[in-house]
Amino acid sequence: MSISLETMLQLCIILPLLATVGIAATGRNSNLREGVTIVTSLVVLYLVINLYLGLKAGEKITVQWWELLPGLQISFSIEPLGMIFALIASFLWLITTVYSIGYMRAHHEKNQTRFYICFAIAISSVMGIAFSGNLFTLFIFYEILTLSTYPLVTHAGTEKAKRGGRIYLGILLSTSVAFFLLAIVGTWFVAGTLEFTPGGVFDSTVNTTVAGILLVLFIFGIGKAAIMPFHRWLPAAMVAPTPVSALLHAVAVVKAGVFTVLKVCVFIFGIDLLQILPSTQFLLYLAGASVLLASLVAMRQDNLKARLAYSTVSQLGYITIGALLASSVGIIGGSMHIAMHAFGKITLFFCAGAILVAAHKSNISEMRGIGRQMPITMVAFFIASLSIIGVPPAGGSWSKWFLLMGTMEAAQWILMVVLMISSLLNIAYLLPIPLRAFFPGRGVVDNGAGIREAPLPSLIALCVTAAGSVALFIYPQPLYKLATAILDISGMVHDK
Amino acid sequence: MLAHLPVLQVLIPLMAAPLCLFLRRPYLAWIFTLIVSGLTFLISIILLQQVMTSGSIVYAMGGWEGPWGIEYRIDKLSAFLLLIITAMSTVILCAAHTSIRKEIPKNRQIYFYILYLFSLTGMLGIVSTGDVFNVFVFLEISSLSAYALIALGEDRRALWAAYQYLIMGTIGATFILIGIGLMYQMTGTLNMDDLARRLPEVAQTRTVFVAFVFFTVGVCLKLALFPLHLWLPNAYAYAPSIVTAFLAATATKIAIYLLIRFTFSVFGLSFSFTTLPLQTLFVVLGLVGIFVASTAAIYQKNVKHLFAYSSVAQVGYMIVGYSMGTTIGLMATLLHLFNHALMKSALFLALGAVMYRIGSVQLSGFQGLGRQMPFTMAAIVAGGLSLIGVPLTVGFVSKWYLVLASVENGWWPVAVLILLGSLLTIIYIWRIVEVAYFKDPIVGSEPAKEAPLAFLIPIWLLVGANFYFGVDTRLSIQVAQAASQSLFGVSP
Amino acid sequence: MMILGLYNYWIVVVLMMIGLYIVIAHGNLVKKTVGLNIFQTSVFIFYISLGKVDGGSAPILAEGVNLYSNPLPHVLILTAIVVSLATTALGLAIVVRIKEAYGSIEEEKIQMEDNKEC
Repeated sequence: MSISLETMLQLCIILPLLATVGIAATGRNSNLREGVTIVTSLVVLYLVINLYLGLKAGEKITVQWWELLPGLQISFSIEPLGMIFALIASFLWLITTVYSIGYMRAHHEKNQTRFYICFAIAISSVMGIAFSGNLFTLFIFYEILTLSTYPLVTHAGTEKAKRGGRIYLGILLSTSVAFFLLAIVGTWFVAGTLEFTPGGVFDSTVNTTVAGILLVLFIFGIGKAAIMPFHRWLPAAMVAPTPVSALLHAVAVVKAGVFTVLKVCVFIFGIDLLQILPSTQFLLYLAGASVLLASLVAMRQDNLKARLAYSTVSQLGYITIGALLASSVGIIGGSMHIAMHAFGKITLFFCAGAILVAAHKSNISEMRGIGRQMPITMVAFFIASLSIIGVPPAGGSWSKWFLLMGTMEAAQWILMVVLMISSLLNIAYLLPIPLRAFFPGRGVVDNGAGIREAPLPSLIALCVTAAGSVALFIYPQPLYKLATAILDISGMVHDK
Repeated sequence: MLAHLPVLQVLIPLMAAPLCLFLRRPYLAWIFTLIVSGLTFLISIILLQQVMTSGSIVYAMGGWEGPWGIEYRIDKLSAFLLLIITAMSTVILCAAHTSIRKEIPKNRQIYFYILYLFSLTGMLGIVSTGDVFNVFVFLEISSLSAYALIALGEDRRALWAAYQYLIMGTIGATFILIGIGLMYQMTGTLNMDDLARRLPEVAQTRTVFVAFVFFTVGVCLKLALFPLHLWLPNAYAYAPSIVTAFLAATATKIAIYLLIRFTFSVFGLSFSFTTLPLQTLFVVLGLVGIFVASTAAIYQKNVKHLFAYSSVAQVGYMIVGYSMGTTIGLMATLLHLFNHALMKSALFLALGAVMYRIGSVQLSGFQGLGRQMPFTMAAIVAGGLSLIGVPLTVGFVSKWYLVLASVENGWWPVAVLILLGSLLTIIYIWRIVEVAYFKDPIVGSEPAKEAPLAFLIPIWLLVGANFYFGVDTRLSIQVAQAASQSLFGVSP
Repeated sequence: MMILGLYNYWIVVVLMMIGLYIVIAHGNLVKKTVGLNIFQTSVFIFYISLGKVDGGSAPILAEGVNLYSNPLPHVLILTAIVVSLATTALGLAIVVRIKEAYGSIEEEKIQMEDNKEC
């Protein structure tokens, strides 16, 4: 191909935006319209894979756009962590589009054109976040992501959707304006640069108290990582249609959050600085508490999407812990968990949506015995649960293993116990669902007549992602290589 | 010709105003006013270019040299403000004909244009002149025409608002006059440059001190700094929409210009900030203004009132930037002058479009408007996002510099408070968004059509400028920075 | 002695305070306008009294006169008087319109009318 890698990078961001014009123009004809989205996502996936191959071959791909403010450029640069994020986001966009086709049509949703347009803008901003070369660029796309997902969350247009949207926007915008922006300005003032630099931007003379405060501001400010107490937006956003919950809240929005946390920890602060900051320990415990509390709350939820939402809060805590542990293995675990959790959670959400559309059920207590009518869905659910719990043969086992190793390497015994207890809790709140679906036990099972399997496109989608979880278990090498490459460029030591 | 530009800038609208009387029809008056405003805009561009390349321009009226004669002095700060005022005036005028057709009775429409031109003259005069008493004269010209413009509003509360504004504004202007008199008494000159040279010797006398206080209080009344802002919400809410858009974009900016000009170029930075605890006073009043006004905005039922209170809050931001006494703080204030003019003019013009179509700007009337007037509502959302300070809009640029200036000054609590103020902005903007997009139109009401092009074009021009200058910030930042630095360099 | 010698300033201050008091304390709109006028007049007196030079004559060129009072404040005040005139005229015009619209020129009645509407 004669297109340079730099152009490919820019196309990844620009193409989805151009697609919005196409989607708007073909709004009347739903097949054409979906065709535009699918073609665009295929092209973007192709471009991202090319970029990955280029990165693997050792190319340095950077693009500078213009200088927005003196000294602050909008610039992009590809590094392994961003590559992981971009790969899963672009791949899962394609899958989710396929799923959405099945879901939205079966559910006779209105305003589908608006839905696909906002989806495209959201993906464009995700690409922008993944490839951002400095904190300033990341912030810009971070805010665009918040704003473009608001119409998706409030898609239904009902009072409930409005209230959910209010909490969603309120928490995300407040945290980003009050804390994140302040932290960015503070970093700019103290360090003089916002470029993502291996080893961090602060030099050795930085005041650890100031840096510690900045770290706290960052962690609270990156609301998309859903660290308690700023996690309320996640369950509130469940008023969105399931494809939205699936992609955005299992993959794009929340992963943007923890991706930002990882990037800030590795490329703004640097592992060495993190180890000596006074606030790191406090934040670690906060993340650990988030993991446990969210799991406990999840257990008490009867609404399936709500349970999955709290489970996501808990799993995000894992990645944050991985970032803050300031250990190389922790970083590997956190990065890999971005991918593992993405595949696992998206499958779970797909299944939840399928059950909603095919059986009109949203509460777990009503789903006993449903495995008979929806076997494929529930098997996929089962596999994905294994991934979340962290048990072979699902990919999540690798990332959980590394995270556990990370806590040991950093001598954070309390966190190690937290992670182990949490895994037990994961079993408690996830496994009963597929098990009860297949083995309803005693008691009347009234599932109503006429429940079929999920619509075909949706079924294909969730099978692909479930298979992906298994594939990542069997063949984790590319992911592992990317994760360790992060450490390589940061100059950290790790075992191969 | 070029040498006379400083005075032509002011003279052209002044002469044009009474000429409108000869044009019997409002349509002709509109075209004429538009051309005049466009001319002033061109002149301001040329002046800005000249000033940026070759430094300040000094023009002696009638050839009488200062300090005895009246001088017109255009430096970077003045040129920047001239650009803002004339640009806003021209763009807003594009929608004037359509807007006042429904809001002002036909027999009074000519007067609107006359008063508009007088107001424009006054504002341009304040910014261009280098003579202290001239400032007072032009201030009164612009204020009186503003009072009359507001009184043209349909609602009878406009009359009451105009009267209140008249009383408070005149008291403010008279305070300024007292200040000028006291300054004259101590130095014997009315020329700003000369005053700057003579004041330091007599600076420690009680007279000069009192002069400074009177002057500052008078200007703060015109600024609508909390708690002297009481005239603003009603005046903005009940005036004709075009008048609100114009005043919101320009009137308070002029007052801030006066404040900056006098504290930096006449009294001098060290005097101004050390004699009175001005820094503390302004930072506190500015912050309180931000919070009180933003909170008041949240509870308003009339959307024009809402944005009027928002303007009071934004003035608070500008004062906070000014109070820091650093180059970058002043730069943030100047940037916000520019950016706020862009934001508020777009918002109030959009409200004017809503008023034109549905005849009211009550929040309850906005139900379902998102679907019926999509472009207008989109403009309001865009303006709102700019007020909140979302990246890629102009609002973000000013916020960034305000926070950066506070952090560099070591004023971390102020930085936090500035950002918290933005959160309040999110609340009141989102109230409008929710009503417009989530509620169905009122049952039985006629569906509103989209605003006419006469509105949409200037509105989207301004919204486009909001985004354009939020992305290509070179013009605003360079001029603001140059102006700020030159002001700091000049002060003794 | 200084106090008596500064009698012009005392008059200025007293008039200023009377004017401001009337504006604030009275509810009748015409009375407010009058108060505003008194306030402005005090400032005029202030300026003019500034210009008087001890032993100086009126500022008109004449033979044999060496010391003149300062003519500049007079000029300034002429301008200011015109401004004040315009303000008063505008203010009274608005009062007339308010009377037509509200039926009263008392501040309290007007606010009551407005509150009824809300």
